[in-house]
Amino acid sequence: MTISSTSRAGTPTSSASAASAASAAKQGTQIRLEGVTKDYGLAAPAVDDISLTIEPGEFMTLLGPSGSGKTTTLNLIAGFETLTSGTIALNGSDVGSLPPHKRNLGMLFQNYALFPHMTVAQNVAYPLKERKVPKAEIARRVSEVLDLVQLPDRDGNYPSQLSGGQQQRVALARAIVFNPAALLLDEPLGALDRNLRAALQTEIRRIHREVGSTFVFVTHDQEEAMNLSDRIALFNSGHIEQVGSPEQLYREPDTLFTARFLGDSNVFDLDGAASATSAGWDGRTWSIVPGTVSSHPGAANRAAVVVRPEDVRVAHDPADVPSGSNSVGAVVRDLEYMGSYRTALLDLGRVRQLGRARVDALDSTFTVGDQVTAWWKPERQRIVAA
Amino acid sequence: MTTTTRQRRAPRPSWLLLIPALGLLAAVLLVPLGQSLLTSVGAPGFTLEHYASLFTDGVTLTVLGRTVATAAIVTAVAFLLGYPYAYLMTRVGPRLRGVLLVIVLIPFWTSVMARNYAWIVLLQRGGPVQSVFEFFGADDIAFQGSVVGVTVAMSQVLLPFMVLPLFSSLGGIDRRLLLAARGLGSSPLVAFWKIYWPLSRGGVVSGLILVFTLSLGFYVTPALLGSPQQSLIAQLLAQRTTQLLDFAGAGALGILVLVITLTLVAWANRFGGTISAIGAAATTDRKEQR
Repeated sequence: MTISSTSRAGTPTSSASAASAASAAKQGTQIRLEGVTKDYGLAAPAVDDISLTIEPGEFMTLLGPSGSGKTTTLNLIAGFETLTSGTIALNGSDVGSLPPHKRNLGMLFQNYALFPHMTVAQNVAYPLKERKVPKAEIARRVSEVLDLVQLPDRDGNYPSQLSGGQQQRVALARAIVFNPAALLLDEPLGALDRNLRAALQTEIRRIHREVGSTFVFVTHDQEEAMNLSDRIALFNSGHIEQVGSPEQLYREPDTLFTARFLGDSNVFDLDGAASATSAGWDGRTWSIVPGTVSSHPGAANRAAVVVRPEDVRVAHDPADVPSGSNSVGAVVRDLEYMGSYRTALLDLGRVRQLGRARVDALDSTFTVGDQVTAWWKPERQRIVAA
Repeated sequence: MTTTTRQRRAPRPSWLLLIPALGLLAAVLLVPLGQSLLTSVGAPGFTLEHYASLFTDGVTLTVLGRTVATAAIVTAVAFLLGYPYAYLMTRVGPRLRGVLLVIVLIPFWTSVMARNYAWIVLLQRGGPVQSVFEFFGADDIAFQGSVVGVTVAMSQVLLPFMVLPLFSSLGGIDRRLLLAARGLGSSPLVAFWKIYWPLSRGGVVSGLILVFTLSLGFYVTPALLGSPQQSLIAQLLAQRTTQLLDFAGAGALGILVLVITLTLVAWANRFGGTISAIGAAATTDRKEQR
């Protein structure tokens, strides 16, 4: 009660002080995982020998399908699971054997996990009380952080009186109010509907910018990952498939898994291993330019060519295809109107493999059944491990 | 949506379904209760002497005190045994949970007489329980014919009334809240005390009330396992109606016990009410999110 009345009184001045507190808290923590393994004794370890360094202040997303080990990895960092082997270090000090309450990490859950018997203010004050922060300072910081998440007037409400989006804002406030070493987010937007999710993504990005601490975000939603992250670690059955910026993962995938998980792609399984300059598919030879071949060791044995639909052009006349392009004969199977563009579904080559190309929305020269040539610049393709 | 419209369209009030139960209740509870009340105030005249004598006869207050004390001990024992038990039931798999449920319900399914005589066999002078205690040097504890034996037997039979409301209350607590508390800096013990315990209080209050009020009215167990020198209130009531034929005195005593019980329930409802309201809100909220 004292908290709520004090924080209301403090509201007029607190938005300015919230910003100053945010910049004062601008200190990130490095999280280093080395050889991290979690084995439940099942057929394969849930997390298998993962090494990953999350830089101070970085927004790192652990992305992957369900059961790929991303949530287990987050729980290992949080301390909710115990390591089978490997080390986890925060700013260089090993925390692998510390219980969760001694790691000083903020955690955001998909179901919010707000304490139903406490008001919003009491929920947010909880971590501060656990740290024996003086009462007056608790009141000040609670009102500041509620301003930061844009919920200044709900401090006296119980969680059940708030909407899902508001509850997640309260949970976010509670997870950052004690200036944790890092914030761990376990699919925090999964329970929200589409519009709310987009709004909260923007919110989380803004708060990350203002607070400046390290965020580790778990999701299976590739759009969300691309939208939010500085870097993405893509998980696949217990190991990390590739780490990089969203653009790197999208433009320069190392493996077929990465190419397929992020965005749409045309995939051509090559007839044999690719040489340095050319690759064969369906009896034709395509040229390869330097810098488009994945360094993944698997690419030397079995490779595939990946081309994004927006990089594939369609021509009626093979003579219109610019020289130096890679091309393949195709039949228009269908056209999908997407508003700003149209997607042509193509039967590619003699094997009639399904492919996608982007066509100008105003270009009405293509109809279903047309014999066309699909082409792309060799520098827009990527040779990945299949 | 459909349900609401259907309910609105239906003109027949569903409370008509209550009439058989209410009729039965009126016939077998309210009428005799009213008669007892009238007898106790000396109808057709009016006197409070029967109530006054409860406080002056030197016996009633002693027995009443002993009954309340026994009920309090039984309630405490049932709680101390029941809370960990119910907690365990929420943590094990469905099969083991079924087994645990059956174990706690067995005294329920056993005939009252069989159960009490079984306790007599166990607790009697020279019986197995006393032998064990004697072996460890405690040879002066009388189990049968004392409040100790009565307490043991009552705790056993009332345990389900503690365990079941507790189990339903504890089972509804989202354990991820404990993880959240751990993540926010609480040790496991503190997380339990600040999060789990307050959320379980609704179940605790209903368990305590159920066991306590039932203990106040126990008759057969104290009659068989206790002794006439240490009788409880139900025995006193039986004695007044069947041996002394003092219906007015018995009526006054019955009304007094009823008033004590109702006061207690009302007080606990006020205390537990706010808690269950929050619990209910939390539950509906969780449903909405799904």
